Amino acid sequence: MNHSFDEISAQLKKRHRKSARLKWISMGALGLAGLFLVLFFSDMLNKGLPAFQQAYIQVEVDYNEDATRMGRAAMDREISSLVSRSFERLIPGMIRDNPDLLGTSEQRWVLANSQVDQYLKGHRNKLSEEERARVDELAESGQVELKFNTTFFTNGDSKMAESAGILAAVVGTVMTMLVTLAIAFPIGVMTAVYLEEFAPDNRLTQLIEININNLAAIPSILFGLLGLAIFINFFGVPRSSPLVGGMTLALMTLPVIIIATRTALRSVPDSIRHAAFGVGCSRWQAVRDHVLPLAMPGIMTGSIIGLAQAMGETAPLIIVGMVAFIPDVGISFTNAATVMPAQVFTWAGEPERAFVEKTAGGILVLLSILIALNATAVVLRKKFERRW
Amino acid sequence: MNMQVAERESNAMSSQQSGQPVTRNDSANHELSIRVRDLNLWYGQNQALKNISLDIFQKNVTALIGPSGCGKSTFLRCLNRMNDLIPSVRTEGLVEMDGRDVNDARMDEVALRRRVGMVFQKPNPFPKSIFENVAYAPRMHDLVSRKAEQEELVEQALRDAGLWNEVKDKLHQPGTSLSGGQQQRLCIARAIAVKPDVILMDEPTSALDPISTATIEDLMDKLKKQFTIVTVTHNMQQAARVADYTAFFHLGEVIEYNDTKTMFSNPHTKKAEDYITGRYG
Repeated sequence: MNHSFDEISAQLKKRHRKSARLKWISMGALGLAGLFLVLFFSDMLNKGLPAFQQAYIQVEVDYNEDATRMGRAAMDREISSLVSRSFERLIPGMIRDNPDLLGTSEQRWVLANSQVDQYLKGHRNKLSEEERARVDELAESGQVELKFNTTFFTNGDSKMAESAGILAAVVGTVMTMLVTLAIAFPIGVMTAVYLEEFAPDNRLTQLIEININNLAAIPSILFGLLGLAIFINFFGVPRSSPLVGGMTLALMTLPVIIIATRTALRSVPDSIRHAAFGVGCSRWQAVRDHVLPLAMPGIMTGSIIGLAQAMGETAPLIIVGMVAFIPDVGISFTNAATVMPAQVFTWAGEPERAFVEKTAGGILVLLSILIALNATAVVLRKKFERRW
Repeated sequence: MNMQVAERESNAMSSQQSGQPVTRNDSANHELSIRVRDLNLWYGQNQALKNISLDIFQKNVTALIGPSGCGKSTFLRCLNRMNDLIPSVRTEGLVEMDGRDVNDARMDEVALRRRVGMVFQKPNPFPKSIFENVAYAPRMHDLVSRKAEQEELVEQALRDAGLWNEVKDKLHQPGTSLSGGQQQRLCIARAIAVKPDVILMDEPTSALDPISTATIEDLMDKLKKQFTIVTVTHNMQQAARVADYTAFFHLGEVIEYNDTKTMFSNPHTKKAEDYITGRYG
């Protein structure tokens, strides 16, 4: 029995309505996700951007005899309560290093303390009425200013919010990631090459495969416990060091790199292997000269993403002691260090209001590095993507 | 050509319904290159080759024809042990080249493949430059080392493959940028660059247009002056045009092996005749 177009259209209406409804629902879901992303970013930017500005104050520093014992004596008492104690502590040392300073005086821009900073930014603070009036006065005459906060990028951690910086954590992260990469990349890639190109397909290799996939799903804190038990307690690797942190994260990153490498190897067409064997390559020559170069973009992308994941990891590092208070920036694999997410974690636990923006600022730095890394992965993939 | 009755050394031969000769001993005219006796091959439980006995003669083109799934490509891959790459494959029987059993444990498959080159169905140049495609294998086998030697060898191989004039100005462009027919000739140049004795071709023209196909066929005719060529083809006209000898495979057995002229004008077996005249396949 034949149907006219009108009859068919009447039936179709219901189906069209249904697909339109589904389209709206999925667009709504996307919109919601986008909204949360925007909210998250605007909140972070709102809280974090002020961290990149810091109150500085212009003071008369008088390098007198008393100041060699107590830095505070070098400044007018009314002003010194507004200056960061981190500067006061420097003065005796400055005079000791340069005795000519004794008896002179100069005008200097120095860090104001965090209360002044918070007051200028309109946040809650502990300044007295008098002090507020004085800050207002100084601001009027241009002797107190919010300036770009270089301290945040050049200092390590500090108990004084105004002089706390992210650099020690950045350096610690870089050192830790170097260790992670140096261990996880070669081992991961070679494991995947063996499993994909050399290993026979039997029970044992299948078991290994399943376990590698399971490893990728293990909660990261367990890797921390493993690192503590094996690397620190058994092998005696110094705790809190980038070495032990990097080794622990390497355990975590290994399955990611192995899985990414296997996928990349599998995407190399067999015709390339046949061509290589056809001209008399041994298995290793075929892999080294033909298969690996073609898989490399995929391997790099996977490794960078694995590394970015490790970089944002906090829990296992807390277990191996990498939440240390690190005021000095030191380039070493074996000394105590901290990493960015652990630094953010530490700052988030500080009671002072001024640390709230440090926390958000730290997150912004971490996020920008992660976004840069992921962008590198995308660029690499686009650049080396080949068609055959 | 003088046809002789085949050696009847293989028991399996007597089981052939037709009773026709399936091996030839034409050594009066030609020297033997590869001798295959009682070759059996299994994919897991499936027997894909049954008691194959064939002689392949030097500096001739031998074509393997037959319907899909008849085992002709599988047989071809036995000659340079490419079947080793498939884990479930098991072979029995003799494939002898230069007095040595190629399936012997002491035979290094890399050495074998150096002497028995291969060209595949789909052109598969390495995703490297044209120059590198040809120079890679000779360099790997230490046939050449200096740049000048490499250049000389690359030019010679590309000339022999009839590709030199088309690519001499773009040797450093990727091999994959060439057309399909050119890519296949590049693969032939790559195979002959290591100076093998035998070149195996697995349906080398099935992915190509008629003009490229004709070029490759002409090339096979020229190359047989230097090399022994064994080619698998689905195209019977092609076998008739290029081959000196033709083997007809059916369900894993060689039904008839003859010189091409006889095979196509006066086949000795009913099955071969039916296939050649297009009654099935």
